Amino acid sequence: MNFADGEFELKEIQKLEGHTDRVWSVAWKPATGINGVPAVFASCSGDKTVRIWEQDSTGSFHCQAVLDETHTRTVRSCAWSPTGKFLATASFDATTAVWENVGVDFECVSTLEGHDNEVKSVSWNKEGSLLATCGRDKSVWIWEVLPGNEFDCVSVLQGHTQDVKMVQWNPSMDALFSCSYDNTIKVWVEDGDSDDWHCIQTLGESNSDDLTIKIWSDIDKSQDWHKNAPWKHVCTLSGYHDRTIFSIHWSREGIIASGAADNAICLFVENNDNEVDGPTYKLLLKKEKAHEMDVNCVQWNSGDRRLLASASDDGTVKIWELVRLSGQKL
Amino acid sequence: MVSGLINANPVVYEKKERRVRGATAVLDEYAAEPIDQLEIFDHIRDIKDPEHPYSLEELKVITEDAVEVDDERSYARVTFTPTVEHCSMATVIGLCLRVKLMRSLPSRYKVDIRVAPGTHATEAAVNKQLNDKERVAAALENPNLVDMVDECLAPSYA
Repeated sequence: MNFADGEFELKEIQKLEGHTDRVWSVAWKPATGINGVPAVFASCSGDKTVRIWEQDSTGSFHCQAVLDETHTRTVRSCAWSPTGKFLATASFDATTAVWENVGVDFECVSTLEGHDNEVKSVSWNKEGSLLATCGRDKSVWIWEVLPGNEFDCVSVLQGHTQDVKMVQWNPSMDALFSCSYDNTIKVWVEDGDSDDWHCIQTLGESNSDDLTIKIWSDIDKSQDWHKNAPWKHVCTLSGYHDRTIFSIHWSREGIIASGAADNAICLFVENNDNEVDGPTYKLLLKKEKAHEMDVNCVQWNSGDRRLLASASDDGTVKIWELVRLSGQKL
Repeated sequence: MVSGLINANPVVYEKKERRVRGATAVLDEYAAEPIDQLEIFDHIRDIKDPEHPYSLEELKVITEDAVEVDDERSYARVTFTPTVEHCSMATVIGLCLRVKLMRSLPSRYKVDIRVAPGTHATEAAVNKQLNDKERVAAALENPNLVDMVDECLAPSYA
């Protein structure tokens, strides 16, 4: 896909209201929005609930379900298992709930306890066999998914010296990334068969609220990267947001979306005119006043339309579509 | 846990005389007046210190000059000076300032709170906590902390 020619617009498709407090995160249900399956996503909020939204035949989203009476504090993050069968929700109440989606119903089938205080993020690995959570207690927990909706903690990773704000599994292998208030990102892998997880690399040591976006790559693939530290910093994008950047997401075509406390959403694409070694990125567009307050989360749908969902302190979720200014379909 | 007050004998200053705003002919009733330094200071000057029965203004923890505002950009910054360098109440005071402004200013406002440079032993850590939205949100879900904050804010609602 060539983004170098022509001009693009992030068109607002819909504004979804319903939550009664700020919306922290959104997550698209896998394999929806494609092959005739209506797009579905979950949103979670300071109002202690999670809402499930589904697109109907006219293209409008409506709220299909409200998952309430489970978390007793803010729900900070949510993540679908790779098949979309389960939704995990992480809360400031120190628990992570796992919901099973059967048809249009959602039932809480498990509650993972263990963190000392607020859980901030949850992520499933590619196979859906492992779940990771992290929180203010500085630890990262890895849980194994067992038959009968049982979840067993297999490891508690200590290493960060302050709150762990987010965890994310590598999409192609079982390497876990965690990022922390201590200004570092750690990469964790399993030790052969010993069920022992350890940190193979620590990235960062610069201020984590420095208003920049950094891109890292494991370019040198010749090494067995379970043994060596492969991640190198290749690019910094700065000057695009003037307040804290809360969220960043790569579309399957490589468009990077960012959401920040300046109420804006930026889109970046790879810059192919550059002579410099290694990838560089350039701004495709900046959507100022995307929301009336901070943008907390941006997430691309991986279906056939270039849909982006954004969550904000203003209590709304917005659905956007990336289109050409001339109105032509991309 | 240290028993007793952090600063048992704070210096108490006289309150600044309050300026009465001049009555101006308002031609358009619905025109919003730009928010200025004094208006923001008025929201916070009477906040009670967590430990003493004095306001933040009386203890010179905040002054009118410590408020920076740019209404066009919907931005404000308040710089406060804790009474002692290792004051453990600094984060509580900062939280009180943030909550009061959050409740008093239009939602379009972006507010930064910081300790005056050089006035606190762990300045960077305090500033980081006060401006971490996630930490602030979690703190405000703690009923004990909210009660403490509300008690400090009570005199400022007059």
